[in-house]
Amino acid sequence: MKKAGIIMIIGSLLLLSLFKFPLWNIMLGAPQYPDPLGMNIHIDGIKGVSEFDLTNIDGLNHYIGMKVIPKPADMWEFSVFPKVIGGMAGLGVLIGLLGFFGKVSYKWFIGWFILMTVLGVLGMYDFNQWLTAYGSDLDPHAIIKVVNPDGSPMSYKPPLLGYQKMLNFDVTSLPHTGGYLMFVGMTLTIVAFFVGKKETKHL
Amino acid sequence: MRTSFKFLILILSTSFLFVSCGNKGNNSNKSALNSSKAEKVYVAPGEHDSHYAFISGGYSGNLTVYGLPSGRMFKEIPVFSQFPTTGYGYSEETKPMLNTSFGQIPWDDSHHPDISQTNGVLDGRWIFINGNNTPRIARISLTTFETEEIIEVPNSAGNHSSSFITENTEYVVAGTRFSVPVPQVDVPINEYKGNFKGALSFIKVDKETGRMGIKFQILMPGFNYDLSHPGRDKSHGWFFFTTYNTEEASTLLEVNASQNDKDFIAAINWKKIEEYVDNGGGTKMPTNYAHNVYDEHTHTATSTMVKEVLTVNPADIPGAIYFLPTPKSPHGCDVDPTGEYIIGNGKLSADLTIHSFSKMLEAIENKKFDGEAYGIPILNYEDVLAGSVKSGGLGPLHTEFDGLGNAYTTFFISSEVVKWKIGTWEVIDRKPTYYSVGHLTIPGGNSRKPFGKYMFAMNKITKDRYLPTGPELEHSAQLYDISGDKMELLLDFPTHGEPHYAAAIPADIIKNNSKKFYRLDENKHPYAITSPADAKVVREGKDVHIYMSMIRSHFTPDNIEGVKVGDKVYFHITNHEQDFDVPHGFAMIGANNSELLIMPGQTKTLTWYPKKVGVWPFYCTDFCSALHQEMQGYIRVSPKNSDIKLSWSLDGE
Repeated sequence: MKKAGIIMIIGSLLLLSLFKFPLWNIMLGAPQYPDPLGMNIHIDGIKGVSEFDLTNIDGLNHYIGMKVIPKPADMWEFSVFPKVIGGMAGLGVLIGLLGFFGKVSYKWFIGWFILMTVLGVLGMYDFNQWLTAYGSDLDPHAIIKVVNPDGSPMSYKPPLLGYQKMLNFDVTSLPHTGGYLMFVGMTLTIVAFFVGKKETKHL
Repeated sequence: MRTSFKFLILILSTSFLFVSCGNKGNNSNKSALNSSKAEKVYVAPGEHDSHYAFISGGYSGNLTVYGLPSGRMFKEIPVFSQFPTTGYGYSEETKPMLNTSFGQIPWDDSHHPDISQTNGVLDGRWIFINGNNTPRIARISLTTFETEEIIEVPNSAGNHSSSFITENTEYVVAGTRFSVPVPQVDVPINEYKGNFKGALSFIKVDKETGRMGIKFQILMPGFNYDLSHPGRDKSHGWFFFTTYNTEEASTLLEVNASQNDKDFIAAINWKKIEEYVDNGGGTKMPTNYAHNVYDEHTHTATSTMVKEVLTVNPADIPGAIYFLPTPKSPHGCDVDPTGEYIIGNGKLSADLTIHSFSKMLEAIENKKFDGEAYGIPILNYEDVLAGSVKSGGLGPLHTEFDGLGNAYTTFFISSEVVKWKIGTWEVIDRKPTYYSVGHLTIPGGNSRKPFGKYMFAMNKITKDRYLPTGPELEHSAQLYDISGDKMELLLDFPTHGEPHYAAAIPADIIKNNSKKFYRLDENKHPYAITSPADAKVVREGKDVHIYMSMIRSHFTPDNIEGVKVGDKVYFHITNHEQDFDVPHGFAMIGANNSELLIMPGQTKTLTWYPKKVGVWPFYCTDFCSALHQEMQGYIRVSPKNSDIKLSWSLDGE
């Protein structure tokens, strides 16, 4: 299982790119913002695409009563996510090494993948919850109140994935470099599973 | 054959002049041909012009920025004149910019802008412009488009032969049009001759910062120094000044200064004089002039009075200055991109006089002089003459170059631009202007590397070119395509004030360096606050300092109490936006000065004297957001002897 072990290790290590690159990106464009405002979501906090984007997004959002974009200290996620990602990368490398030396079965690889997927889905769920709260928990004294046709207050929740028109803004939400590298890494661990299975059969 | 052909051309062009004059009301030419002209100047919505044009405002005292080829006006940059739109010259930070040895002067007559150069090519870092009336030179940053420095020029009057710069921006010159007693003294005016002096000031420009300082002043004979131009390339190191009134008349100059058939172009070897000065030459003379510097980080100007200037007597540096006789009161003085030809346009002449730089050096070498004036050798006219353009026009003024070996000269009296070939001196093309053209500009057309493509003429009279606006019309510029053999008139566009000269440059050299906002974390203004939490009101005797912040769509604080009649209130306001193009305004009822328009990240101060008891509002003047109308506040003014304590609040906090 040498080849499978190496693939498993590489796949797990790709998670570490999340410490450098953003996981997700949300862009807000409008006619009066020819250079769109944007936020990059890192595992340890939210940063503006350009230096003053967060300030300017907050400046706009105050009209509709949205809270300011949270600082890392304001959300437990930003201290827990790095630990989870670091832990999962470490665990993956360990399993890969053990597989390499034939100490564990290739099934551990898929086990890691399933655990990572569960954590990922939980993470996405949490992220979506946060977006919902951020977009709908509005200051009752907000200057501008927009209601849906049924009379309920409009939500400014950005889409979890994809494009949405929100008043005069075009909002696009997509994974970013770190996110893509994580997906590649996770895919590699499945590859490691099948390669391991093949290598084991040959024995 | 050739003569008759030329004669025919002359007849045709003359008749064209007549035709166009007779057709004044109809020369919009609504023919199909014209649609292609429209396309050449059409810049579609959202697209950018290819060139910036910086056109002087003359008696507006300022500099206006236009786009070419559209002729759209983008901005007026306040320079020598107070500007209520932004509070320039009214705010406490900018008042020192207009300080002079005569006190605060809120106006000037701005004439000749010139863009900084490196190796004779426009580099787009700064633009310089002269104040003609109270002699001053200003330097404007082309990243912030704000006036950063103004230096007053002592011993000078009518600062007209300026602000032209040498090819590495080593010097900007300020030559006096009026000669005056130096130092000033109470004398009978009819003792002008021999007693008045013409100061030519060489202002050194710092390579990195652009900071200016007068290095030396040459005290020339009492002629009128009209225009000037630095040598280029091979003639780099020389500066040329046209003169009139070599008669040294002091009354009815219209007649008395037009008696000599030839006046002079003064050729000045500034490198030689610089060397002389660097070796301790020259005489320090007590004087008093203002040097005003605006700091981009404190957003504040300071004015310093300088007490001394270094003067140079031409007689002390033999071999540095010569006179080139030039016919008929030369006005424009222009040097071609190679630096070989010095063009003197005799404004009372029909012809242009072109001097050769190499012939000049040769004549100097051989000491072929035709006498002297006040100890300065006069060269022989024939010895330095390269040729003349027999144009058939009247009143040549200014010449620019296209970099392809052609020159373009404006003729004021015959209202036309004449294109001619350098070297053969033959006229290639001529086009009428509407009407009475002064200067003309080709982007880079006075440098070693003209960018060509466009030329625009700045006309003194507008008459019927636009819808009438009462007796006064804005002046008119006319844009020509010069990419072909023949000039093609593309567009009329109005200019603000009286445009004298202009400088133009491809947009790419400037636009990417243009600042979008000032960083709040670099704001070093002593009264700036970088957080609304720092807002406060402080009393120091009768002075009340209000530290205020502004952001869409409120001021902090918005309610102030405890101000009394007789106080002097300073509003120090910081714009907390960090976004491109989001200024906020501030206006106070009864303020005796102006509003403020404050750029993102900037701090400005307005003074206000509360005169009446009551509650008085202030508000934002620049429509900034959906809640712009709500961007307001109140100041309660109590009687002089009231004991109400200073207090301030926002939202009751």
